[in-house]
Amino acid sequence: MKISSLACVLIAGILFGFGLSYASMISPEVVLSFLRFEDFGLLWVLGAASFVTFLTYQLVPRVMSKPLLESVFGVHPSEMSRNTLVGAAIFGIGWGICGVCPGPAIAGLGAGNWPLAITLASVFAGAFVQGRISDVPPVGEDQ
Amino acid sequence: MPLIDTLFPLGIAHYLVGGIFIGLGVSFLFISTGLIGGMSSLFTTTLSYVSSWSYFNQESFISSRNWRLVYATGLIIGAALWCFFIGESFQTSVNWWQLSLGGFIAGFGARLSNGCTSGHGICGLASMQLPSLLAVIIFLSSAMVSAAIVKMLGGV
Repeated sequence: MKISSLACVLIAGILFGFGLSYASMISPEVVLSFLRFEDFGLLWVLGAASFVTFLTYQLVPRVMSKPLLESVFGVHPSEMSRNTLVGAAIFGIGWGICGVCPGPAIAGLGAGNWPLAITLASVFAGAFVQGRISDVPPVGEDQ
Repeated sequence: MPLIDTLFPLGIAHYLVGGIFIGLGVSFLFISTGLIGGMSSLFTTTLSYVSSWSYFNQESFISSRNWRLVYATGLIIGAALWCFFIGESFQTSVNWWQLSLGGFIAGFGARLSNGCTSGHGICGLASMQLPSLLAVIIFLSSAMVSAAIVKMLGGV
């Protein structure tokens, strides 16, 4: 990938990380208070982020034939499968135990929230085990 | 507005502004490069640097591992900028067993499901994908149950 593209990826990540922090999603206590119906603010975060992204995904490909720096607009690959749904249920159980999802586990380190390094390492371990027990999909059907 | 205060004791503004920034980040990624900015794939693609296991070395993972690592680096810088200019550094008081057990289960599940809060939640919903909508409903539900159980067991 071109260096200019990677620079844009970095800027996008910075906006994402800044937003996660501003919305206090890097605080597991806030996430857990949402999951226990004490503060519904997370719905605004998810709603606002999804809505802005929705406008972009739906409108931009109509006015631009390709992205500024690369050749094609990607498509989010989600398939209706047992893995998608069972995996979501398992993900939720873990998320409800720690109050940290994958993005904040990374971003939290930038705000000096060092205990999240435990979660970060654990997420890697979970992803490792998932990869070790999964079959490689046949070529042409990768996701 | 007593109802608003009850539902959102810490106010709404910072949640809304933060969410908009997250959306702008994912949008900028799409407009500039066409990439879809979920976060959980990073954990599998990064493992391809250190593991020779065939699953981690699929073409789709190898080809996206560099930009995903740059994206993650941006996340850390963005949080550091927030910390420097607006907020202040803090450490969570959630127990180590919650952080480690929860992280492991969340990592396994997110990769099995091929998406997490950002992948299914933000990118999937914005793409109007039905499987992602179902995934979001399922993981919000199971998280509410496990968060309640953890509290009963004496967790934070």
